[in-house]
Amino acid sequence: MKRFGLISVPYLWLLALFLVPFLIVLKISLSDTALAIPPYTPTLDISQGWEGIKAWWIALDLENYFWLASDDLYWKAYLSSLKIAIISTILTLMVGYPIAYGMSRAPDEWRPTLMMLIILPFWTSFLIRVYSWKAILSNEGLLNQLLMYLGVIQEPLVILNTNLAVYIGIVYTYLPFMVLPIYSALERLDESLLEAAEDLGCSRLKAFWLVTMPLSKQGIIAGSFLVFIPAMGEFVIPALLGGSKTLMIGKVLWEEFFSNRDWPVASAVAVVLLLLLIIPIVLFQRNEEKQREAEK
Amino acid sequence: MPFSPSEVIMSDTATAPVSVFAPWQDPQAKPLIQFQNVTKRWGDFTAIDDLSIDIYAQEFFALLGPSGCGKTTMMRMLAGFETPTEGKILIDGQDVAHIPPNKRAVNMMFQSYALFPHLSVAENIAFGLKRDKQPKDKIEARVEEMLSLVQLNKFANRKPHQISGGQRQRVALARSLAKAPKLLLLDEPLGALDKKLRQDTQFELMDIQEKTGTTFVIVTHDQEEAMTVASRIAVMDHGKIIQVDTPSKIYEEPKSIYVADFIGDVNLIRGNVTKTSEGHASISWAEGQSELTGIARSEIEAGAVATLAVRPEKLSIYTSRPKDQTNVIKGKVLDIAYLGNMSTYVIETASGETIKAQVANTRRIQRRQITWEEKVWLSFTDTAGVVLNQ
Repeated sequence: MKRFGLISVPYLWLLALFLVPFLIVLKISLSDTALAIPPYTPTLDISQGWEGIKAWWIALDLENYFWLASDDLYWKAYLSSLKIAIISTILTLMVGYPIAYGMSRAPDEWRPTLMMLIILPFWTSFLIRVYSWKAILSNEGLLNQLLMYLGVIQEPLVILNTNLAVYIGIVYTYLPFMVLPIYSALERLDESLLEAAEDLGCSRLKAFWLVTMPLSKQGIIAGSFLVFIPAMGEFVIPALLGGSKTLMIGKVLWEEFFSNRDWPVASAVAVVLLLLLIIPIVLFQRNEEKQREAEK
Repeated sequence: MPFSPSEVIMSDTATAPVSVFAPWQDPQAKPLIQFQNVTKRWGDFTAIDDLSIDIYAQEFFALLGPSGCGKTTMMRMLAGFETPTEGKILIDGQDVAHIPPNKRAVNMMFQSYALFPHLSVAENIAFGLKRDKQPKDKIEARVEEMLSLVQLNKFANRKPHQISGGQRQRVALARSLAKAPKLLLLDEPLGALDKKLRQDTQFELMDIQEKTGTTFVIVTHDQEEAMTVASRIAVMDHGKIIQVDTPSKIYEEPKSIYVADFIGDVNLIRGNVTKTSEGHASISWAEGQSELTGIARSEIEAGAVATLAVRPEKLSIYTSRPKDQTNVIKGKVLDIAYLGNMSTYVIETASGETIKAQVANTRRIQRRQITWEEKVWLSFTDTAGVVLNQ
């Protein structure tokens, strides 16, 4: 009984904070929009008893999902989000891997400092950090001023309010999620494996490719999912740094919810996004499990 | 009556018959590896100190010494992971200073085995062969051959974490032998195995070395292991080689107290040299005790202080004063340690020195005649001990 009580704590936590809100969102996505508070109908009225519940149940339908399928704005937004998430995951990997590699090869006494430098930005508000990129990337921003002062360019580069700014923002924000799992994989790598590879006839580059890369694969996969999953539904970065042409599902969702006050459609968008993300989440979990098994 | 069932039979080690394989005694033989005044420093620390040595093809050469004596550094220099600060290393007459590890006909078996965890046993063994761009069927045949050599055919498709420590050790050996190197380096190869398995593997190693004809250089801190496998042993300390010799010479004729003390058990008896003659020297060492004689090299001079080193198993123990024996020590039994196959007697002399004698237990324990506090005489032949400087 005591054991049951202990196990039930995390389950109750998940139930209260994840499952119940999800069911509420799911219910709203099956409702119709209405000029009321809350802005959808039907609402469950238990005071009317069984009849009320029946009427409530009958009023629910999949109309909003058909709407999502019929208007190309939505699937274009999903596809565009997917593209942006994939590209920024690849970019983050390209920036993050060398950082993680450098950290794992750094002298022991440096490592805590380097680790600190990776984590340090988390101690300031995410919003402030994204805002400061506005100051760096805008036409009169620090970057353009510097480049023009150095004479590299004559005209300011237009970076802010383009997809490029979104990529920069995502890479910057999610870099630690990429670096840390790769670092933890590389740190465990036995130096003598590389020596053995060299001893058996590999050049250093070949040894990296045949030994270091495969042995950090789990870290690369974990890091990529940790970047891809949140990037897919990202809202703040495209809203602040992206332009009007940057189409991302997070932004669409926000507009449906706050500009159009169409809670049912917004909820449907959210539910579909979640369903789409279940695939990479399951893959990620499987990767983690495989890694745990390999460590046994 | 002598207690020991038979006289201690000893071959005269000074004129031991030359074994068939002894290229180091042949001035015509060309060494495979030459260290020429090699020094390796890291900042103030000198790991290898002006060291010169020749190692010949097909030798099983052991580098033996306590940790930090520089033996691993020597091996890593041979593999190409370190370069000497001063001096030259020649392999097959060629200076290897600027040859990277992947271009040397030298392979190494790592202490940690360093098996690639993401590759199967067969893929691990094939790893080096694939780098040589050999045809696929040739690689497969060689892998198969190596698997049979170490008797792991059944485990070809297992990953390293799915096999036992002893099997991993054999995979590492097969992998390092697959490319048929001129020279195989073994860094504490049996350190991770338990004692029984270690002994079996030692013989297996010797067998494989003989079969393949590869030159083996083994690094170890385990003197028993070095004694068992090696054709010659280099005893090292503080970056220098103290003595290079065959295992029997190292054991029977150590050239210094350090070597005598490092290898096996030894009684060290300090005294003054009274006379020297024909490769022998005698020392007087305590009042009331007769002089002791042992083998000595020419640098031992009468009047000097010297130490007689004699192994406990070379001593016989008697309950009455033995006649016709050159070296006799009088004392009483202080301690008896029963080790199963043999017993060690610790004898205390009148002057308070303790001397160990080891006797094989050829009789059952009930028949033992000598007990504590009993007066006994120890004796040994004049070729059993070695007189060493200091």
